[in-house]
Amino acid sequence: MNPRAHAIRIGLQRGWTEFKLSLRAPEDMSFYVVWGLGILIYLFVNRDNAVEGTSLSVAVLALPGVLAAMVVFGAVVGPAFTLVLEREDGTLLRAKSAPFGLDAYVAGQVLFQFLGVLPMLILLLVPPAFFLEGLAPQGAVGWVVAVVLVVLGTLAMLPLGFVVGSLARKAVHVSTGAMMPIMGLAAISGIFSPITVLWGWLQVVAQVFPMYWLGHALRWVFLPPEAAALELGGRWNLLGAFVVIALWGAVGLALTPRILGRMAQRESGSAVEARKVERLQRLA
Amino acid sequence: MSDAVIEVRDLRMRYGAKDVLTGVDLEVGRGEVVALLGPNGAGKTTTIEILEGFRSRSDGEVRVLGQDPATAPQEWRAGIGIVLQSWRDHGRWDVRALLEHLGAFYAPFSTPERRRPRDTDELLAVVGLEGLADRRISKLSGGERRRLDVAIGIVGRPEVLFLDEPTAGFDPEARRDFHDVVHSLVDLDETSILLTTHDLAEAEKLADRILILSGGRIVANGSPAQLAREAAGSSEVRWSRGGESFVHAAEDATAFVRELFAQYGEEISDLEVTRSSLEETYMALVRRHEQGERDGHGLVPEEPSTEGVGR
Repeated sequence: MNPRAHAIRIGLQRGWTEFKLSLRAPEDMSFYVVWGLGILIYLFVNRDNAVEGTSLSVAVLALPGVLAAMVVFGAVVGPAFTLVLEREDGTLLRAKSAPFGLDAYVAGQVLFQFLGVLPMLILLLVPPAFFLEGLAPQGAVGWVVAVVLVVLGTLAMLPLGFVVGSLARKAVHVSTGAMMPIMGLAAISGIFSPITVLWGWLQVVAQVFPMYWLGHALRWVFLPPEAAALELGGRWNLLGAFVVIALWGAVGLALTPRILGRMAQRESGSAVEARKVERLQRLA
Repeated sequence: MSDAVIEVRDLRMRYGAKDVLTGVDLEVGRGEVVALLGPNGAGKTTTIEILEGFRSRSDGEVRVLGQDPATAPQEWRAGIGIVLQSWRDHGRWDVRALLEHLGAFYAPFSTPERRRPRDTDELLAVVGLEGLADRRISKLSGGERRRLDVAIGIVGRPEVLFLDEPTAGFDPEARRDFHDVVHSLVDLDETSILLTTHDLAEAEKLADRILILSGGRIVANGSPAQLAREAAGSSEVRWSRGGESFVHAAEDATAFVRELFAQYGEEISDLEVTRSSLEETYMALVRRHEQGERDGHGLVPEEPSTEGVGR
C-alpha cells in the first residue's frame, strides 16, 4: 500500500464527508437558500422582460453572467475562508500531524470546494430550464458543455482561493484580498455588461483571466447564436475559452500543493494558540 | 543510553536578538515518561515544537526515532503522536467519524507488533468516551474534548508521544483517569512520552524523570526523589512537646530525629517528617538559577536553613 496514494484516498473521503456535513449545517444551507432563491426570484420576475432592441429577456441574458460569477466567487472565496478558519482552529495542524496528512487535506479541500459549488449550480440551472423560454438553444450539447465549463472553471479558480487563503492571516483579509479584486474582475469581464463597451486595454486585461472566458462560453450555451454580435469581434471563441480555463487549472493544480505546504510549514501549536488569544482579544 | 528515542545535543534557538534556547541537552529512552517543567517563557513549547518537527531550530543536533524532525520524511510521522492545548477543529464531525478518519492514515504502517490504527471502540474506552461515539464534537464538554484530543494523539499507536499541558482543565477524576491512560500506554505499548505541565504533582505522579528548563537550558534532570534530595536538600520535621508545636528544617532528618528522641524521649509526640515537595524543589531551583543569571555566574549554592522555629 503506497502511503501517499492511501492518504489521498482518505482525503477524498474526507472531502465527501465535509460535503455531507455542510448539507446538514444550517449556516451553509442559509447561504444557498438566501443567494440562490434571491437570484431565482430575480430571474423569474424578469423572465418575459425583453431587453430593449433585442428579442432576449433580461433573465436569459443575465443567467450566464450570474453562473460565471457564482463559479468564480464560490471557487475563490469559499476555499480562502475555509483555509483561514481551519488554520485558526487547528484543522491544518491536525492534518500536518498525520503521515501524508497534508496531501490528504489538499485532496479533501479540492473535492469539498468543488462539490460545494454544486448545490448552487443545481438551484440556478434546473428551475430556469423550465421557466425561461429559448434558454440553451444548443440543446443537450449545450448542457454538456455548460457542465464541463463549470467543472473546469471551478478547478481553474480553486487554486487562486487557496493562494488567497494562504496569504490572508485573518478572515477580514479574505474580504479585502479576494472579494474586492474578484468584484473588480467581474466588472471588467463582461459578466454584467458587454465587454465591448470597455476601453481596449481593459478588454485585454480581462481576457487574461478565466472569468471572462467562462462567461463567454456560458453565453454561447445559453444565448441564441445572434448574440455573438455582443461579443469581441462579433463571434464566439469556444476554443479560446477552453484553452485559457484549462491553462489556469493546470498551473493552479500544479502549484496548490506547494503553496499549501509552505503555508502549513509555519503551523505549530503555539501559532494556533497565538491566533486563539488574538481572536479572544478581538471578541472582548 | 543507546535505546534513546529522543536525543538532543546543544539545541539552540534564537529569535532575532533573543536567545530562547541556549544549549539544551536531553534524552528520552524507550518507554520512559519525561516531564519538562519550567516557568513560562523558559522555552518548553519551543523545545517540544522543534522535536515535533513543527519549528526549525537555529543550531544543535536533534534526533527523534533516529531522524532529524526538520528533514524527516512523512513516514516518520507515523511513529509520532501529538496532543496540543488549543485544538478546536472538526466541530461538525462526530467523534467516531473523526477517530476513524484520522486513524486511517496509520493503516499502511501497521506491523504485527504494533497494529495501527487502534480500534475505535477500544480507544474510546481507554480515554473514557464510551457512549459518546456519535456525539458531535462541538457538543463535547471541555474535558471530553481534551480526552478526544488524547485519543487522537494515540490513535496511531505512536512510539513517541508529545503531550503539551495534557490535563489543563481536567477535573480531578478526569485527571486520575488520564494518568491511568498514560501508565497503560507505557506498559502495553512501550510508548515514550515527553510532556510539559504546570502541575508539579502531576509530573511527580507520571514522570520517571523530570527536566527543569529555565533560561533556555536544562537546569535539573532526575527522578522526582533525586531532585528533591539534590536541590532543596532539607526535610521538614514537626513535633510537639509539652503542648508546644515545633517545626525544624533538617538536612539529615534521620539524624535530627534520633537526637531529638535521645534528648527528650517520651516527651515527643505528633512527630511528622516531610521530605520537601517537588514544588519547593522546583521553586528553589528556578529561583537559584534566576539568581545566578542576575549575578552573572552559574548556579550558586543555596543557603542552608537549619533554624528551629518554636510556635
